[in-house]
Amino acid sequence: MRHIISILMENEAGALSRVAGLFSARGYNIESLTVAPTEDESLSRMTLVTTGTDEVIEQITKQLNKLIDVVKLMDMHEGPHIEREMMLIKVRAAGATREEVKRLADIFRGRIIDVSDTIYTIEVTGTSEKLDAFVGAITQTDIIEVVRSGVTGIARGERALHV
Amino acid sequence: MPDIRAFFLVIGFAVTRETKQVELTGAEIFVRSLVEQGIDYVFGYPGGAVLPIYDALYQQDELEHVLVRHEQAATHAADGYARSTGRPGVVLVTSGPGATNAVTGIATAYMDSIPMVVFTGQVPTALIGNDAFQEVDSVGITRPCVKHNFLVKDVNDLAVTIRKAFYVAMTGRPGPVVVDIPKDVAAARAEFHYPKRISMRSYSPVTKGHPRQIKKAIDLMLTAKRPMLYTGGGVILANASSQLTELTKLLGYPLTNTLMGLGAFPATHKQNLGMLGMHGTYEANMGMHHCDVLIAIGARFDDRVTGNIDKFCPTASVIHVDIDPASISKNVKVDVPIVGPVDQVLKEMLKVLKESKQKPDAAAQKAWWKQIEEWRAMDCLKYDRDSELIKPQYVLETLYDVTGGKAFVTSDVGQHQMWAAQFYKFDKPNRWINSGGLGTMGFGLPAAMGVQIAHPKETVACITGEGSIQMCIQELSTCKQYGLPLKVINLNNGCLGMVRQWQQFFYDGRYAMSYMESLPDFVKLAEAYGHVGMQITKPEDVEPALKEAFGMKDRLVFMDFLTDKKENVYPMIPAGAGQNEMILV
Repeated sequence: MRHIISILMENEAGALSRVAGLFSARGYNIESLTVAPTEDESLSRMTLVTTGTDEVIEQITKQLNKLIDVVKLMDMHEGPHIEREMMLIKVRAAGATREEVKRLADIFRGRIIDVSDTIYTIEVTGTSEKLDAFVGAITQTDIIEVVRSGVTGIARGERALHV
Repeated sequence: MPDIRAFFLVIGFAVTRETKQVELTGAEIFVRSLVEQGIDYVFGYPGGAVLPIYDALYQQDELEHVLVRHEQAATHAADGYARSTGRPGVVLVTSGPGATNAVTGIATAYMDSIPMVVFTGQVPTALIGNDAFQEVDSVGITRPCVKHNFLVKDVNDLAVTIRKAFYVAMTGRPGPVVVDIPKDVAAARAEFHYPKRISMRSYSPVTKGHPRQIKKAIDLMLTAKRPMLYTGGGVILANASSQLTELTKLLGYPLTNTLMGLGAFPATHKQNLGMLGMHGTYEANMGMHHCDVLIAIGARFDDRVTGNIDKFCPTASVIHVDIDPASISKNVKVDVPIVGPVDQVLKEMLKVLKESKQKPDAAAQKAWWKQIEEWRAMDCLKYDRDSELIKPQYVLETLYDVTGGKAFVTSDVGQHQMWAAQFYKFDKPNRWINSGGLGTMGFGLPAAMGVQIAHPKETVACITGEGSIQMCIQELSTCKQYGLPLKVINLNNGCLGMVRQWQQFFYDGRYAMSYMESLPDFVKLAEAYGHVGMQITKPEDVEPALKEAFGMKDRLVFMDFLTDKKENVYPMIPAGAGQNEMILV
């Protein structure tokens, strides 16, 4: 099953490679990984998406917790949560397809953030599924470039990941 | 605005300098920190990047530095020191090859959870990343085989980093920690303050097992009809041997030790069924296979213990006590997990057990012990005592007798290691020193040096083979320099015995590269290093030779026993088989 794991870790050189090294050394999957500082500059927040059986996910969270730089972590799937991913997609938009692409972007609540005679660059935010759906809706040959931020997530309600 | 702030900073700095103690160099801070930490020995080897530190070591007399002949040996010696004392081992090596040579020893300590702090020199900070002379990314290289590591980029962080390194290495599930110190950091100056206590928000090891889980475990233990205690190196690391012994005797249940756990419960006690696993005893493995409640304490269900995991303890409910939550339910699903320090949990278990009105089921225990005694009567460790060749088992049995079972015994890796584990009966913890997890050949001799340095008056024997000993034989020179009167028991069968055994069993006797040709004359070699060499070729000479060697209290004696080339280690659980599917003699 797919899990989103959020990690608060010391904002120190090498912290990212400890996590990446753990996943490669123990043969766990990483689907996506994103990391950035938080409001507390001594902490980074990493969000990673992984898949595995319940036993594997349990081992992953235990092994992550063992890393000395990891302050706290949360498996988002232990409760209700929101996930978001941002995608920038550059699409050929000339002639007849120009209107069609604009319409699709509207349907997906995307924003056109750059325009040229033949190209739209669109920003779409949502769950990974929604982004997949948008990519699927655009004619494949019209896609020039796709860049995705990787998943971030936050728990709903009172539940929070903080020190 | 920034200018004003900088101005105040300068003033503030000047004031502090006047009112506080004088500044020390990073190298001096290194020395002072180790002294404050209570360290007495450092095992190491000098080189360019650590010259400032060696210069500081030269100018003090509180720390003793032991000069090895290869950095791998420095780590093994510090490891032996740590295993035999429970105190952390300390290593100092230079950058580049110094650090890479140390990696094998670091990985060895990591696999067996040994507290150790390894200081590696590094090229000056300005050169890091420039492919400088003797530069490697030591922190990167060691990352997968340390509990944690640090690169110190500012001399002001040095003391607190060293404090953190020892704290992390020694607490929770212990392990090696690497501290990488660039040359300019060792030369720069800062005020010295070594914090007595330290806390880290990202690291807080468990200090107490959950009381309800402990109660639940005791309840389950007392309902057992066919219980089995299975205990590992965690008991020794937690210094919990006395609690384990008391609990085991109180319950009256059978117990088996892992390779790492030997000595935690007296081997000569009748409740001890010996070692379990691939080369464990018949009674221990059969007991495991048939038990209904398995009480695992400080053990990690290693593949050499479980055999085929699908066939492991098919009828057992499992209680598992371990300091490391990640060890629990990693390989085997656990019914009653208890995360906590083994000593504290065992103390609590004893308390709950003594207060409990329920007692173990006496009738069931009687029947269970009757079964176990039947298995024990198979005498699975028997060997041909009338052979005209020296049987390695006989050497080890005799060694046990000659040393009165009181020696500290280190070993290398292979057949001799298994025979030592089977035939030397350890009644006390911290006396059996071997590379269990990583299986590092070359470990035995340098580890024995660390043990002897920590225990100058004790008898230390290194059990090895002609393959393993040659992986770190240069340390005979270190032994001479420091007058270490080790006794090296070389079980020389002229082949890499364990490799040969597997080739015989599983590769139709195609003995690829398992034979040792052009062996040195070990007697002359020992003499060349300034030691006593002996060669023993006949069974009847084994005992007198051992007595003579162990009588030489102040000399290292290298005993080259020419043993039966075809002897195999039994019992054996072949790979993929269950614990009840042993090959017996």
